[in-house]
Formats: sequence, structure tokens, C-alpha cells
Amino acid sequence: MYTSPMPPLDVAALVLRNTHLSAEYNVLQLEAPAIAASSLPGQFVMIRTAAGTDPLLRRPFSVFEILRDAAGSPTGISVLCKRIGPGTARLYDAAAGDRLPVLGPLGKPFTLVSPPAEAWMVAGGVGLAPFATLSEALLGTGARARLFYGGRTRADLFYLDWFEAHGVALDLATEDGSLGARGFVTAPLDEALRARPAGLEVTLYACGPEPMLKAVAALARAYGHPSQLSTERIMGCGLGGCYSCVVRVRDAAGTPRFVRSCLNGPVFSGDDLVWE
Amino acid sequence: MDLSVRIGPLVLKNPLMSASGCFGYGVEYADIVDLSSLGAVVVKGLFLKEREGHPPPRIVETPSGMLNAIGLQGIGARRFVREKMPELRRLGAVVIVNVCGSTIEEYVEVTRILSDCEGVAAIELNISCPNIKEGGIQFGCNLASTGEVVAAVRKATTLPLIPKLTPNVTSVSSFARAAEEHGADAVSLVNTFLAMVLDVETRRPALSNGMGGLSGPAIRPIAVRMVYECARQVRIPVIGMGGISSARDVLEFMIAGATAVQVGTANFVDPFIWPSLQAGIEDYMTRHGVARVTDLVGTVNFGR
Repeated sequence: MYTSPMPPLDVAALVLRNTHLSAEYNVLQLEAPAIAASSLPGQFVMIRTAAGTDPLLRRPFSVFEILRDAAGSPTGISVLCKRIGPGTARLYDAAAGDRLPVLGPLGKPFTLVSPPAEAWMVAGGVGLAPFATLSEALLGTGARARLFYGGRTRADLFYLDWFEAHGVALDLATEDGSLGARGFVTAPLDEALRARPAGLEVTLYACGPEPMLKAVAALARAYGHPSQLSTERIMGCGLGGCYSCVVRVRDAAGTPRFVRSCLNGPVFSGDDLVWE
Repeated sequence: MDLSVRIGPLVLKNPLMSASGCFGYGVEYADIVDLSSLGAVVVKGLFLKEREGHPPPRIVETPSGMLNAIGLQGIGARRFVREKMPELRRLGAVVIVNVCGSTIEEYVEVTRILSDCEGVAAIELNISCPNIKEGGIQFGCNLASTGEVVAAVRKATTLPLIPKLTPNVTSVSSFARAAEEHGADAVSLVNTFLAMVLDVETRRPALSNGMGGLSGPAIRPIAVRMVYECARQVRIPVIGMGGISSARDVLEFMIAGATAVQVGTANFVDPFIWPSLQAGIEDYMTRHGVARVTDLVGTVNFGR
């Protein structure tokens, strides 16, 4: 009722590889077969970045990729990190062979669309994180997937080949116009929604900065499509203990209430979220 | 080996409790923690009515600690009884409910509702929350008000009554004495230390509430000192807390004078901490030839 479909585990995960994508972004591959085997797209893990007490708390990360061996069995997960503070700086500097406590999987996953409905994913910056696992799952359902992906500049957009190789159509945007459309990613999304064939059902999936999520929710409403938004909050525990990660959501009676994004989310319907 | 401890009329199988506000309503942890293995589960503070709490950001980290200003978001006493207690009873948890109020009348009414509920083992009286405008700390920072609210709630319940004390006063032990004189069965301490973090770039407070309560290993030595001082001043049991993160820390509080302990912030970092705490206490008792854990309580050795 409260937690993910499988109870979370806490494992001291071996860092298999740390790939620096840029001066800010890295991908950490972590050995965690049991967590990998039970993770669903949209779920997250809480990673302890220091052995001591500074930083004290774990950090939440979407499961970015499920790592598999040659036979296809899950061996671990990767997380997409953006260096923004002392905790993420430690993860940026982590080395293969380090061990990091990883707690998960946590939270409510995305709900998959069924074909002929299409899945349109909208990612801003590090908000790309939940969409690799979602793309793989969509591939399994046969639903057509499309990724609208925006960043400040072309050096902030990653894994483009990966998504293309997984049959995901890409629509890119950069604020400086160095790749794709110039401006925010919601502009090409708006155009695509306007140009879509009559009768095509689309579910919008979005993760990124709050103004982007808000814009996606507004577009979804304007064009009459459902949206599933992955929220990001300062999170203390990931398990519902601390009440720090709340977002405002309308309850069944329409009354806005703070709910814990770790338990009731991180994925919410765009129709339910109330923006501050 | 005997790990049991006595809090007034209540016997707990071991001295380990979750700290209020750090363990939800307990049921959130049912998948990963055997709630019946804890001495007691102390649930999040409850007012009479539902409370929304403060807007985010509600927490901010500091070296070896964190500030919180959640604002006592909660479902209210009646919904707790209806929606959470059945599962807590089924799971065999010894439930201690943290009771909040804006007025003495509210403390009394919430206590009555919970005392009528099967499975509530004790009342922890929250007179120490630093993050709300009305109630809480305004009772806990004034000796007369502390006496008044403890006496009023004492009349409303036969359950063990445990006022939770704030460290944000000059002499915590005088508040422990006031609680004892007005009928408390035990006192728990310390709640968080009122604190502040600023973003120097924007000059804004890091928390929406401006200030918050500091918890975590950073406060532990101060909490140990306060538990030590209080335990010497009252005959009722002292329940110690403040930055406990290991069995070693549990033992430190007990040696300082705590009969039982609560673990809060450490549960955020390691929700699987409970079996290791108990194993560490047992290991210590074996190594030191201690048969009853209560034999450790208040045994600071000042000899050379």
C-alpha cells in the first residue's frame, strides 16, 4: 500500500564504472542485481554519498539504466548524476571499486501506455534520468515512443544514440540553439501536439525543472491528453518517515494537500499536481 | 540476557524506540522493519485536526546534522485511530503516540481520544516542537505552563505520560522536575535545537519557515549532557535521544542516565539500523558481563 511493489533493499553496491559525460554530468554504474531485477520505470534509489556523516543524508536518483549480463539477467543499475552540491560532487569523483549504499527501488512507477496510444517523453537536463528504462519498457509493449529533450547547450544532451538505437524518435531543443530548436523543449512539444493526426492518443511523460513540468501539464490539459510527471524534491529518507519531500496534490474531493513524493510519487498525474 | 526496561507501568522488551517525527506512523516501515521487535514505536505528533504543515523546503543539511521545519503535518487523532492503529495492532507494535496541542484543552482532548483506543501504550506529550507558532514549545519553555499542561493531561489518562522536553531552555532539568512533580511517568529528551541556515548568495533562509530544529550526530554530546543532568534530578525514567546512530551511542545515553532511547535522524540514513543496534547492545553486555541492560543506566564512572 505504501511502498513499491517489492520491499526496498539496502545494498553496499560496488561502483563498476564512472563515466564522466561532461564537467557536470556523470553516469555511475552500480552492481545491484536484486534492485535491478525489481526496479520499474520511474522508480528511484537513495544513495549514500559518504561513509561518515557529512553529507549526512542519502540522495535520491532515478534508476537510469538496468545493466544486464550477456544472458540478459539484471546485474545492476546506473544513475545519471548532475554535480550540484557536496553529495553529487562525491558521486562525480567516485571510482570503480568504491562501494556506495544504495536503497531501493522506491516510489510509484510510471504507468505504461498501450498501443496504438503513443508515449511522448519530455526531459529537461538531468530530467532525462527516468526515460531510458521507460523507453525499454515501452519497446516491450510495442508503443511508439518519442523523446522531447532540452538542455542549455548541445554539451548538456546525452545518450542521443542510445535512444535512437532503442527506436525512440528524438526532438531536441537547446536554449542557445546549438542543437535542435532554439529555446525550451516545450516549444517543439507544443508544435508536435498541434500537428498530431486527429484521433491519435498520446500520454505525456515528463521529468525536469518545475517550470517545464508545469508547462507540460498545461499543454497536456490544453490538448486533452493525460500526463505523468516525475517530480524532484529535497528528500530526507525516501520511505515516508520524514515528510520533507511533499508536493501539493488535489485529493479525490479536489482539495489541495501536501503528500509525500517518495510514497505517493515521484510520478504524479499532471491533473492532480498543484503548482506553488 | 535481559534487555527489558520499565517506563512507569509499561515494560518494554528492549530500550529501543523510534523517535516521533522520524518514523511516520510506523506503518510506512512495516515492509522492512519488524515493528514488534522495537521496544516501542513512537509515531508522528498528532493534533486534534489534520494539519498541512509548512511549505517546502522543509529540511536542510548541516555538518553531521540536519534542520527540519515540517510544521507537524498530520492526519489528526481520529483518523490515526481509524486508519493507522488497526495495522499497528496487527503488527504487534507497542505504540506510543506523540500528542500535540495549541491549547491545554486540545492536549487533553487528543489524549482522551488516544487513551480510548486499544493498543496505544503510552502518551508522549509534545511540548517542545520548535517549528510551530502556537502550542508546542510555548508550553515547554515556561515552567508554570509545563506543570499546567502535564497536570491537565495527567487527569485525562491512566496511560504512562511522557512529556518530551526541549533543549532550548537554560535548565532542562528544572523542566524534568516540573514534569515529575505534576505526574509524569517519564520524560523524553531532547527535542531538536532551534537553529538557522542562510543561503548567503540570496540571503534567504534555507527553510521556508526561516528556522528549524537541528538533529543528528552534531547534537549528540549536548544531548548526552542534558540527559545526564536530568537523570540526576528526577526519579522517573529519562528517555534519551539526540543523534543516536549506533549501539555505542545507545550505550552512551544509557550510561549517562537514560532508561530507554529514541532513534530519529539515523533512521533516515539507515532504515535497517534496528537489528544492528540490538546486536551491538547484546555484544557489549556479553563483553562486560552485564546481565540486565538496566544495570547500565546512570553508571558514569568518574573514578580514575
